[in-house]
Amino acid sequence: MQFKLNGADVEVGAHPMSRLLDVLREECNLTGTKEGCGEGECGACTVLIDGEPVCSCLVPVSQVEGAEVVSIEGLGGNHPLQKLFMNEVGAQCGICTPGMIMAALTLPDEPTLDDVKTALAGNLCRCKGYSAIYRAVLRWKNNEIQMADATQEIQR
Amino acid sequence: MKTALSDLDLRVASSVNEALTILRDEKRTPIAGATDVYVGLNFGTFKPRQYLDIWALDELRTISTHDDKLIIGALTSYTSLMQSHIVAERVPMLVEASGLVGGVQIQNRGTLGGNIANGSPAADGVPVLSAVDAVIVMRSVEGERRVPINSFYTGYRSTVMRPDELIVAIEIPRVEGKQWFRKVGTRAAQAISKIVMAAVRAPSPKIAFGSVAPTVVRAKMTEQALAQGATIDEAARILGEEITPIDDVRSTADYRRRVSMNLLKRFWADTA
Repeated sequence: MQFKLNGADVEVGAHPMSRLLDVLREECNLTGTKEGCGEGECGACTVLIDGEPVCSCLVPVSQVEGAEVVSIEGLGGNHPLQKLFMNEVGAQCGICTPGMIMAALTLPDEPTLDDVKTALAGNLCRCKGYSAIYRAVLRWKNNEIQMADATQEIQR
Repeated sequence: MKTALSDLDLRVASSVNEALTILRDEKRTPIAGATDVYVGLNFGTFKPRQYLDIWALDELRTISTHDDKLIIGALTSYTSLMQSHIVAERVPMLVEASGLVGGVQIQNRGTLGGNIANGSPAADGVPVLSAVDAVIVMRSVEGERRVPINSFYTGYRSTVMRPDELIVAIEIPRVEGKQWFRKVGTRAAQAISKIVMAAVRAPSPKIAFGSVAPTVVRAKMTEQALAQGATIDEAARILGEEITPIDDVRSTADYRRRVSMNLLKRFWADTA
């Protein structure tokens, strides 16, 4: 089975019903993508398929034949949104972080706080809380006014 | 994944005709967006071992109109429904319901046909289809048949579909009257519903509920009472007797009955 992973062509020999998540972690050795709930609720396993965020724990690898997959490793480590998650302290234990970042990547320009909440509605964080995460995303998108709202929420 | 991969067998269809031939010859469970099937496989609760991947069948992703009917391909994702101008114009409450199915990740993958075939009484999209009298188009190698959504379910997670049939499309007649939709869950996003209500305000109102019975249901007695001029309080009382909600992990029968009655009143006030 062939697909494009983080810009490079890859061929995997996994069972066609293997989860994309397991193929990434175990066959491609990319362990940045995490497993949380295994039922599409938490979004920790979010990757992009042809530019759309999906839960890789619910995707049989047969369905990415010929598709373009991007995991958190595809961002390289110096992506501005990765830096902002650090600077705004948008991560604590870090399990949700790769999924949060992958889901946030597809936001349109100038999102409102509400847009960010909707885009990240499928990503759960159980330790940090959401305001610092929203702040990182809004700062990445340069929305200072909405960022102030996110900060106020954390203070309440 | 708690299910052993070595037990699973997959065939991948590259056309609808190929899929139908496979379904005629072999007993296989179709996989579309996999958002329900893989939850079952992940937790080891899904029994089938033979599957048919139909995700690549782009011919089932079209949205079109014909003779005043809106025709939605079975593999249309919730995201595509939300992006469709024609769906927004004809069935705005279907767009609203689609935005409340899981998170973005699920909306990108989950399909309307899958929501129907999965047969959950808590499905978000199905009450809308019930309230607008949608028709399910199923195809097998022997041909097509059309079954109204309101005759499609025969009990909890059981349908009139034969194993050799595939849902190919959903037909929605033109909707006359104001549409109204409400999902009640534990939180605004990412919740399985406690109650879903979809309704159309017309001289003969159409009122559908999810999560109050073993299948999605139309509140026929309530509809009839309202059509004959009953007061909304009287109609709510009839609704409370008509539906058969249960206690489960998400809610209680009492809560569901009470909230269903309140939703009915809210629908009536909002669409006056």
